Amino acid sequence: MMQGLPLDLIGWVFAVTLQMATPLVLAGLGGMYSERGGVVNIGLEGMMLMGAFTAAAVTYYTLNPWLGILAAVAAGGGLAAVHAIVCVKFKGNHIVSGTGIILFGAGFTTLMLEVVWHRKGYGETITNTIPDIVIEPIQNIPLIGQAFGVISPIVIFMFVATILSWYILFKTPFGLRLRAAGEDPSTLDSAGVSVEWTRAIGVIISGCLAGLGGAYLSIGFGSAFGKNMTDGRGFIALAAMIFGNWSPFGILIAGLFFGFLDGLNYAIQIYFPALLPYANFIAMLPYLLVVVALGVIRRSIPPKGIAIPYEKERKA
Amino acid sequence: MSSQYAVEMINIHKTFPGGVYANQGVTLKVKRGEVHGLLGENGAGKTTLMNILYGLLNRDKGEIIINGEHVEFESPTDAISKGIGMVHQHFKLIPPLTVVENVVLGSEPIFGRTFGRGIIGKIMRALMPIDIKMAVEKIIQIAEENGLHIDPYAKVQDLSVGLQQRIEIIKTLYRKADILILDEPTSVLTPQEVDELFETLKEFRKAGKTIILITHKLRETMALCDRITVLRDGKLIGTVERDNTSPEDLAQMMVGRPVVFMVDKGISSPGDVVLKVQDLHVKDYRGLESVKGISFEVKAGEIFGVAGVEGNGQTELVEAITGLRKPTDGVIIIDEVDVTSKSPRFVREVGMSHIPEDRQKMGLILAFTIKENLILGRHYRPPFANGPKNMLLNLDRINEISDDLVSKFSIKTSSSDAFAETLSGGNQQKVVVARELAVAPKLIVAAQPTRGLDVGATEFIRNTLIKMRNAGSAILLVSAELDEVRNLSDRIGVIYDGKIVAIRGPDATPEELGLLMAGHVQGVD
Repeated sequence: MMQGLPLDLIGWVFAVTLQMATPLVLAGLGGMYSERGGVVNIGLEGMMLMGAFTAAAVTYYTLNPWLGILAAVAAGGGLAAVHAIVCVKFKGNHIVSGTGIILFGAGFTTLMLEVVWHRKGYGETITNTIPDIVIEPIQNIPLIGQAFGVISPIVIFMFVATILSWYILFKTPFGLRLRAAGEDPSTLDSAGVSVEWTRAIGVIISGCLAGLGGAYLSIGFGSAFGKNMTDGRGFIALAAMIFGNWSPFGILIAGLFFGFLDGLNYAIQIYFPALLPYANFIAMLPYLLVVVALGVIRRSIPPKGIAIPYEKERKA
Repeated sequence: MSSQYAVEMINIHKTFPGGVYANQGVTLKVKRGEVHGLLGENGAGKTTLMNILYGLLNRDKGEIIINGEHVEFESPTDAISKGIGMVHQHFKLIPPLTVVENVVLGSEPIFGRTFGRGIIGKIMRALMPIDIKMAVEKIIQIAEENGLHIDPYAKVQDLSVGLQQRIEIIKTLYRKADILILDEPTSVLTPQEVDELFETLKEFRKAGKTIILITHKLRETMALCDRITVLRDGKLIGTVERDNTSPEDLAQMMVGRPVVFMVDKGISSPGDVVLKVQDLHVKDYRGLESVKGISFEVKAGEIFGVAGVEGNGQTELVEAITGLRKPTDGVIIIDEVDVTSKSPRFVREVGMSHIPEDRQKMGLILAFTIKENLILGRHYRPPFANGPKNMLLNLDRINEISDDLVSKFSIKTSSSDAFAETLSGGNQQKVVVARELAVAPKLIVAAQPTRGLDVGATEFIRNTLIKMRNAGSAILLVSAELDEVRNLSDRIGVIYDGKIVAIRGPDATPEELGLLMAGHVQGVD
């Protein structure tokens, strides 16, 4: 092997890592807002799909990707609001509602794909995607040049969102109340704060972030909406959230780790064609690793009050 | 101010979903600067009344007047703004959070200006950083003024129950409460912690604060309260001055009839040996031997009490006899059948009934109805089951029998279809007792049968056990309460470190038994 290749290869893997990690981290952070408040959100997948489709469709019509992003955030948040109403207002089962959200997201976006673009599978290519930011001075630095020299604003926002989430969760009244709602809602109620609103806002934020993560897939990293293009990333985001122990930096690290496994997988497929017949097997390995890691190495501690609807008028 | 009363609750009505009356026309008037006792048995509606005052529950009817002013509380926020603070029986604390986070929750001080009252202001206030330093300073100040010392940065889960209660009190002071509601504050405290709490409350009274103390314990009512209001079955029985009453009067008001603190059980006429335990050895869940060679007999028509400090092998002894844990050595014979290492069902079929020490974990399935709980363990055979191979439940018979048991054991509920978790502790225990004793067992193993129960339920359960003994059952009573063992038992075995160190008659003095329980076995053969 040549002298320069490994460095280039590693730099390339880093770049792919960042790209693959972004939707996971954003949706994972979203899941954290929901679950820290006590509402299980397995519907991230559906909310991401909603975001991906809405971003592509709005950009397609308006030719403005930033409007597309805004619409995606709103669409994800809107779908999450349904989840919030079912789970918080009507005390529905979180898993059932979440499953409904997933199925609705998949079905609705598949239908709308045909309505908007009159095609199956993939919509028309979007030319006005979110432009990457080019940072010339670091472009040629080995290892990190490829990853950070040309970078999507959404990738940058992933890091900002992580820091912001840490601040909100641990430094602000809202964060304290959200954590209280997830641990012991009756205590929050007794402190004079509305459990329903606190939880609902957490769920809606989760949908907004998941929608943004989806938008990155269709108009950030990619340039079209495809049927079921999230491809299970909503669930991987949930795994990243659990792996990251429901904390922002944990989720960032877990998301980057999953992204890295993806990058490694692509690298093997592209640079080591001899292994191509085993590509699917290799693609599976990261998940196997996750199951093993979750089961054996780490003990994650979920919020105590999770998935339990809060009933005020219950006789103590 | 216009009124001498800090709190007036007039003609309060409250019905829970499902139709259980919690309060029926209750009137409570609390004078400013007094300690007012709110006395009643479990399930009398004391906590409900206070939750209404605190804005946690809505009332159906009635008026609330605070310091002469009519109020409508939508949520605890409104009550807090009127100076009301509540320390709940089950603390409203979040264990993984720090003391200061728990204290400020809901009224967090923030950096910067206050932003207006609109929605934007609300959002901004929610997203500004919490001024933890200021909160800590305030907590330290409150702590020093009231002698409630605490580390503001400690996590609640690392603190003792007594300290956790202290946080709850600090929480109310932090919100500038001058009307304090304390719900059964002593039930979780050690005797020393109770003394400390009472000192604190007396200081509060001196400082002019009004205190409402919810309790069912007569001793602390008499020790601390100026006036006492008694509730029974959701209704007001009366309000009395402490100096004009006595524990006996209060007990009668609570229960509705004279309460006999001593049980008159008559002379026992023991029959044949029903339970025979020989040289029993049992290991606990850690694999350590905790029953180290116990032998005794219990005869029909006799109560054999096991006295001892908890953790001396009682739990494992009971588990071995009831079939829940396999002994490593020894023999257990019930009614001439060897039941050593047999399954619980086998042991029950022989004629053993078990009142377990933890009614919520072992005695009941809380999410099941009363009816379902009443047939558990005998559900698989007639009269509860019928059809080919007893594959079906006989619902008609189950309804009949459970309604009969509910009335016979005076279980207070709206219907036998109510969930067990909706019952008060005493009524839950009555369900267990009803199920276990309905079959006229040959042997009753009763572990801590009155733990955590109020006067009325305790009396009921003790009388029921005596009735069963007079009807010819053999009873093994394991209790941490020496008074209970002495009161009920015909013979008392003292357990210490996995052994029965002495067997005494019911006339043994508490001093002698106390010494034996502590392991002083001199003079024992």
